[in-house]
Amino acid sequence: MQFGLSEEQILLQDNVNRFLDDNSPLDRVRNYADGGEDSDIWAGLAELGIPALLIPEAQGGIGLQPMDAAIVAECLGSHIAPTPFLGSAVMAPTALVASGGDHGELLAEIAAGTTRVGIAFGEAIKRRNDAGVTVKDGRMSGTSMYAFDAQADVYLVADQHQHIYLVRADDPGLKRSNLVTVDKTRRTVELNYDNVAAATISTEASVFATTVDIGRVALAADTLGAAQNMLDQAVEYAKQREQFNRPIGSFQAVKHMCAEMAAELEPCRSMVWFAGHALAELPEEARVTACHTKAHLAEVGQFVAKTSTEVHGGMGFTDLVGLHYWFKRIGANRQWLGAPEFVREEAAVLQGI
Amino acid sequence: MDLSFGPEYDDFRAEVVSFLANNADKAPKASDLRGEAAKDWQKLLIENGYTCRTIPKEYGGYGAEPDIIKSRIIAEEFSSARVNGGLGGQGISMLVPTLLEMGTEEQKEQFIRPTIHGEMLWCQGYSEPGAGSDLASLTTSAVLDGDEWVVNGQKIWTSTAHIADWIFCLVRSEPDAPKHKGISFLLFDMKTPGIEVRPLVDMTGVANFNETFFTDVRLPKNQIVGERGEGWQVANAILGHERETLAPANTAQTRINALIELMKRETVDGDALINNPVYRERLMKIQGKVMAMRFNELRILSARLNPGQDPGLARMITKLEGTELRHDLEGLAIDVMGEMGLAYDDNPHLRNSGSWQREYMYFLGLIIGGGTSQIQKNIISERGLGMPREPKFEKAS
Repeated sequence: MQFGLSEEQILLQDNVNRFLDDNSPLDRVRNYADGGEDSDIWAGLAELGIPALLIPEAQGGIGLQPMDAAIVAECLGSHIAPTPFLGSAVMAPTALVASGGDHGELLAEIAAGTTRVGIAFGEAIKRRNDAGVTVKDGRMSGTSMYAFDAQADVYLVADQHQHIYLVRADDPGLKRSNLVTVDKTRRTVELNYDNVAAATISTEASVFATTVDIGRVALAADTLGAAQNMLDQAVEYAKQREQFNRPIGSFQAVKHMCAEMAAELEPCRSMVWFAGHALAELPEEARVTACHTKAHLAEVGQFVAKTSTEVHGGMGFTDLVGLHYWFKRIGANRQWLGAPEFVREEAAVLQGI
Repeated sequence: MDLSFGPEYDDFRAEVVSFLANNADKAPKASDLRGEAAKDWQKLLIENGYTCRTIPKEYGGYGAEPDIIKSRIIAEEFSSARVNGGLGGQGISMLVPTLLEMGTEEQKEQFIRPTIHGEMLWCQGYSEPGAGSDLASLTTSAVLDGDEWVVNGQKIWTSTAHIADWIFCLVRSEPDAPKHKGISFLLFDMKTPGIEVRPLVDMTGVANFNETFFTDVRLPKNQIVGERGEGWQVANAILGHERETLAPANTAQTRINALIELMKRETVDGDALINNPVYRERLMKIQGKVMAMRFNELRILSARLNPGQDPGLARMITKLEGTELRHDLEGLAIDVMGEMGLAYDDNPHLRNSGSWQREYMYFLGLIIGGGTSQIQKNIISERGLGMPREPKFEKAS
């Protein structure tokens, strides 16, 4: 019995962290937030094989498991790195492989990092107001809100029946508009479809579910990394910053805030590991665990984001320290692919409650 | 990642399951520490290796090699079958491991067998009115007079002192030494002249706690564990372990399953409670936390089995998180029942034998006892996160 990371997984984690330390420091994230590109970061990660992670070896990939994707997501969250990882490396390969269709060419392009795949699933999870798409005779009309990866070459779009379609970003009927959000570390778009060519990828509810499950676990892992980083920064700051002639970290009012964050966050690490493992190995538990992991990390992430900002006092509120980038990333992860209340209700229904 | 315990453990689990199927009817229902049924059950469990498993045979135990997985399987199966897992109490859970580690051969022979067989019930004399979270400032004195210790002072929160046969007690034997180095760990008979026990009724309505007073209590010099002045280390040798086991996640899992059943069964305005969206949401939120704590325990277990694995803060946070979680969980059951949730004692409308209210309060006690949540936060931040200690204030002279 061994519950934890293998030597290979620790190596993967070290490699990705080292790359991101060098190539996605806070200044680089600020550059992206101010309108820069993320393509060089993604190209570097492609050299490490990150987009190929979940793609089977037979299709030019590395053939690793969901837990490995969660490990990488945690590194990306820790560095608040701007990348198309969630769509291109996690959800798209999962959907394409699970569909059973012949997508060898597209998968090879994804694996090489040359094609970016965006995800427009929001309306298939919870449809807000009048957004949503309809598909008739292979043509798509309607609207997807907050689709992620603003620079994707193609999008996987799900309709209300949870059928998945592939559309090309350069289709003349597709209008793509940036939607500014608080999270400047990743860009989202609104997609308006007017008779856009839509290739059917899957009409199976299980393919959609599997894709959403792994996306949720990856978001939870991203939040884990981001929250751990915020906690580490708060602890470091509280050790350095002095008031009343002593480090503020020696005051129980401050150190207890840090202890509470650590106490809430530490079990989350095990939860993300288990959820990643369950996706591959424990099909009966996988879905409920993915829901609970997504929702629980959203809550703990929110608590850590707020509390670690408070530990920094006024500095935490400034742009100078940059803590707000983590705060907002955690906030976005909370809403993407299902807000916690909806996801918990899904967990209940899945258990027959 | 490998969550299987291996085929040899499947056989072991099957043995435990079969034992439970054949013998569960003999188990005492409540945890009566003194009843004959409890002693007989304890004897049967020891003979089969389901409790006191690793205590050597010569001291009355089962004498197995330590096997964390087998211990876990036993705990899991007894918990899910909701069968009494044998005698508890501070003698078995705290004194016996202490004696095994630090006691003399004579002490092991004298005390372990009767203790684990329920014939010698112990209480723990640690806290004092003036020494709670700051336990090391305790002032109950022990002075050596010839071949005898003479003990004077007062203890508080001495659970089961009113029925205990013996006490293990921290006393100040070296008044001039620094506070952590002046303490000794003594054992003495509760029938010794000079001991007075006054019950303290707790908020659950039970008088399990006591105030215990010592006036010139005399005991033989050799009834000390460890050397003079080493009592703090003796007591701390197993204190951390106790904290980890106060609120195990598998019990929380059993409780939330019971809560789900309750919410399916009970109705409000003709509809099952489980269909109320607000209660469902609260239930799922707590279920998510229970799940996180279960996986946290898996990580602790794995770190024990694989010495290279770093458990991080996983062990340090279990007392704080586990007790707070149980208190919230039991409280939710009360909330969903509304006025019915207030039922207590012999109210004919009790649900689950009144355990929801009892456990709700009991876990508030555990949040405070065994190192308060605030002390846990000091430990997590100072030892876990490396934050600076609170400056010490010297006593004004």
